[in-house]
Amino acid sequence: MTAAVHTFSRWAVPLLLLGITSYGLSRRVPIYECFVEGAKEGWHTTLRILPYLIGMLVAIQVFQHSGALSQLIRVLTPLTNRVGFPPEALPMALIRPLSGSGSLAFLAQIFSSHGPDSFIGRLAAIVMGSTETSLYVVTVYAGSIGLKRVRHTLAAALLTDLAAVIISFYVALWFFA
Amino acid sequence: MINYVWFFMILAGVITAASRGEIHLVTEGVLKGSEQAVLVAAGLLGMVSFWSGVMKIAQEAGLTQALARLLGPLARRLYPQVPPSHPAMGALLAAMSANILGLGNACTPLGLKAMAHLQELNRDSETASDAMCTFMAVTASSLTVVPTTIMALRLSHGSRAPAEIMGPVALATLCSSAVAVTLDALLRRFTRKRVRR
Repeated sequence: MTAAVHTFSRWAVPLLLLGITSYGLSRRVPIYECFVEGAKEGWHTTLRILPYLIGMLVAIQVFQHSGALSQLIRVLTPLTNRVGFPPEALPMALIRPLSGSGSLAFLAQIFSSHGPDSFIGRLAAIVMGSTETSLYVVTVYAGSIGLKRVRHTLAAALLTDLAAVIISFYVALWFFA
Repeated sequence: MINYVWFFMILAGVITAASRGEIHLVTEGVLKGSEQAVLVAAGLLGMVSFWSGVMKIAQEAGLTQALARLLGPLARRLYPQVPPSHPAMGALLAAMSANILGLGNACTPLGLKAMAHLQELNRDSETASDAMCTFMAVTASSLTVVPTTIMALRLSHGSRAPAEIMGPVALATLCSSAVAVTLDALLRRFTRKRVRR
């Protein structure tokens, strides 16, 4: 099973690339010219995202680096303890919407201190897998086309993150407790 | 709302750093954040250009339309405002497929492509359309069914069965995506009025 998944993840992109180019050729599409024409858009898109990325990542770094995040975790711990949610997994869940690499670092730390096959390790893995860096997704996606109003999207995304953590907790209890 | 979230993070950071007597941490955070943003953008530049090029081939060859036909029923229900034959539909489905398969680097470029196509259908180019809101909410809820990075990390930490979390992750992802779709459907009624002044 593991081997199959790893093989899949190694082959997915190469096969996709080969599949699309060979299908394009068979349909007599000038694939190289076509690729270059499409790739030209990348520069424009990336430049348009940059200001949004700077704004968001600076705020996240200020929030994290100043110790405000750890303070928030300290405040929330008594609440999560009441329902039996392990406090060790809370930092990862809180940083998850803000930073993918940050939450991955927390996950690695949980794996090395509690073991990947412990309940906390499994719970953290499920939380990580069923959530996204929502703030990044909304900022970058909206920024790339110059949207000024994202309406209810951010509220929906953050509420979904909260729901996903609760769902993961019960799924973990159901599978592994 | 984004204004308040942004302000909250800055305010909380300044207050915390000041109360700890280490206000320089805020300045350090600003430097680190802006540097990180440039690094992320530089990393994205190559991938976004590359996948935009590949998607252009797929589009010219009629592959995205084929994908749209294949996953049509689900997509039409999720994005009723997008005509099934419009390139936006193929791009939406390509982005969602990449997310489901956990293709990492390919996800953001394909997502941005889908947003660009949705903008062609948007009446007010500065306000997100219903389809954009649904797409962003669903993407932000995670669609990953094959969490390759997490399994690799479990393997490297000596897990006996690194893939045992696949089932639970798929179940939790399915539930949270359902929550995202529901929340989006409920909340968009309240934000739509302001759009159609």
